[in-house]
Amino acid sequence: MATEALGLWGVPLAIIAGTLRGSVPFLFVSLGECLTEKSGKINLGLEGTLLMGAMSAYAVSYLTGSPWLGVITAGIAGMFLGLIHGWLSQQPRVNDVAVGIAMIIFGSGLAFFLGKPFIQPSAPQLPTLSLAGWTQIPQLESALSISPLFILGVAIAPLMQWFFRSSRWGLLVRAVGDSPDAAKAMGISIFKVRMASIVAGSFLAGIGGASLSLFYPGSWSERISSGQGLMAVALVIFARWNPVQCLYASLLFGGAQAIGPAMQSVGIDAYYYLFNASPYILTLLIMVITCSPKRTLTGAPGSLGQAQE
Amino acid sequence: MRNPTFQVTRRQAIRGLLATGAFGLTVKLSGCSTSPTAAGGSDTLTAGFVYVGPKDDYGYNQAHAEGRASLDAIEGVKTSEEASVPETNAVQETMRSMIDIDGATAIFATSFGYFDPHVLALAKDFPEVQFFHCGGMYQEGVHPENVGSYFGYIDEAQYVAGVVAAHASNSKRLGFIAAKPIPQVLRNVNSFTLGARSIDPSITTQVIFTGDWADPVREAEAANSMADQGIDVLTCHVDSPKVVIETAERRGIFATGYHANQAELAPQGYLTGAEWDWSNVYKNYVSLMQEGKTLMNGGIPHLVRGGFKDGFLKLSPFGPAVSASAQQAAEAAQAQLVSGELVIYKGEIKDNKGKTVIAGGKELGQTAVELEQMNWLAEGVMGSVG
Repeated sequence: MATEALGLWGVPLAIIAGTLRGSVPFLFVSLGECLTEKSGKINLGLEGTLLMGAMSAYAVSYLTGSPWLGVITAGIAGMFLGLIHGWLSQQPRVNDVAVGIAMIIFGSGLAFFLGKPFIQPSAPQLPTLSLAGWTQIPQLESALSISPLFILGVAIAPLMQWFFRSSRWGLLVRAVGDSPDAAKAMGISIFKVRMASIVAGSFLAGIGGASLSLFYPGSWSERISSGQGLMAVALVIFARWNPVQCLYASLLFGGAQAIGPAMQSVGIDAYYYLFNASPYILTLLIMVITCSPKRTLTGAPGSLGQAQE
Repeated sequence: MRNPTFQVTRRQAIRGLLATGAFGLTVKLSGCSTSPTAAGGSDTLTAGFVYVGPKDDYGYNQAHAEGRASLDAIEGVKTSEEASVPETNAVQETMRSMIDIDGATAIFATSFGYFDPHVLALAKDFPEVQFFHCGGMYQEGVHPENVGSYFGYIDEAQYVAGVVAAHASNSKRLGFIAAKPIPQVLRNVNSFTLGARSIDPSITTQVIFTGDWADPVREAEAANSMADQGIDVLTCHVDSPKVVIETAERRGIFATGYHANQAELAPQGYLTGAEWDWSNVYKNYVSLMQEGKTLMNGGIPHLVRGGFKDGFLKLSPFGPAVSASAQQAAEAAQAQLVSGELVIYKGEIKDNKGKTVIAGGKELGQTAVELEQMNWLAEGVMGSVG
């Protein structure tokens, strides 16, 4: 059967496919940032971590021929950047936003520098799982071949929710984030808990990077992230520091990325700059809607972003 | 408590100044001792190349870097290069150190945005150094005389790629992923379409503008959306076609390349590609300079342009999916472009809104100014520039 044009059905299909393909980096970075922020620290540097993860995953997959080894390396590379951020941002009178910006520059610079020899080669990609055994339509088959990382991310979201709500360690993280003084009085090491949260969050962000270079779009280049790491950080605020809502928000952003090209492919080409900008417009709208001078956000960790004395 | 504002003691300040001074001095001295002086008349010619992106990106910058590499074999020529130089003051610093430290007497600034104000500023500071800019911004009489411009009519190669694409397509629908609706890009879209429609007038080309020279995610989305719509040959005009070509291969459709040869990325579906061949251009410049000719003494023309005939372009070797008849048609079109028999923009040509843009009987050769200001899409292109 020859491939037949889908016509206008292509738009919803592309958005669904974009949701399944493009949301993975958002999902992992936002889950990582959610964990980090719950402990009271902000890590803007996840944009750099994402790039570092993408680069190291691609490089290791290319050198060893094993994409899964690449995914693990990406996580470890993320942890390494997380360690630096965790240590630096917890020094006295240090602002974690400023450190985060420095870490964006450091992480991306390091990734660009080490990634030079890997721009050209083609690395083995992660296998995909097909959910389309029931259909003969090639477009659907392609849209429904999803990454195992997506499934992993979807599984982590409720797990993290449970972790915060029902586990002792989750309580520790929340305590440190909401009221460091109380946590300190309980005898908890704020430094260690925050360090662990930042490192674990960076591990997840690194894996998000691996999905960029080993699944979709499936290539390493210096422009691969185009700000997705920063958008994912904003998305955590939108999701009110709730992991399951992070999942929904990531799906929304992944789908939004597909709108511009999909509309043009069916001949709706007015305002394509506007459609292409839809993820950014969404981010801005969210910020405007959720911010209010009268109250703090519900769900925001109490000590978020406050410098230590 | 200490005052939290950032303070430097006098001793620290002096130490810092000394260190900076010493560093500057060593850089300056070692630079002078190792490289030949710029105007000293030494027989080695040093040329500096600046690229805006990585030089192995399967794209625009790789094409230039390959051209640079072809100079290695020539005796008496030394080159230095720097990749990923942004179109900011950074490029001025790069060019300045190529001149001061490497002793470069010719600079090839390969990115469009390097020209104004960066190349112009340096050209004023170094009147004895020649600056060659890739792109069409030089104006006689307005810009300094040690500045030259070079560029190729790559839409000729896109026309031939369109001929090949028309033979390969079953659905008679082609896809073009373009960065921005500027004249150079539109010219490629139109030439590709006109080439395809010279074989089968029922063919259409769907164009998607991503809005950015490099945005891998959006390029992949565009490629997937087009494949969903039944388009079965893709091509593109973005900085690095890697993602587009790889996505086309994964979706099992054909692709024609751009800038450089991407055949390795799509061993099944790669048909051919419109490639730059800068090696001829650079070798030609270098041999002129070795004869003592310069932009300033009038020996080298300020504007250098060319197509297939002048060796500015080449086609990627045909892929396995290209039929013998397609190959013949492509080679015939290429030969006619070289001989001048075939003029791509020959009236009557209508735009995709039905308006006649080139009147019947009128021929616009490659040098025509109208083509450099193109703001329309030809009949058969689905899309709009606005």
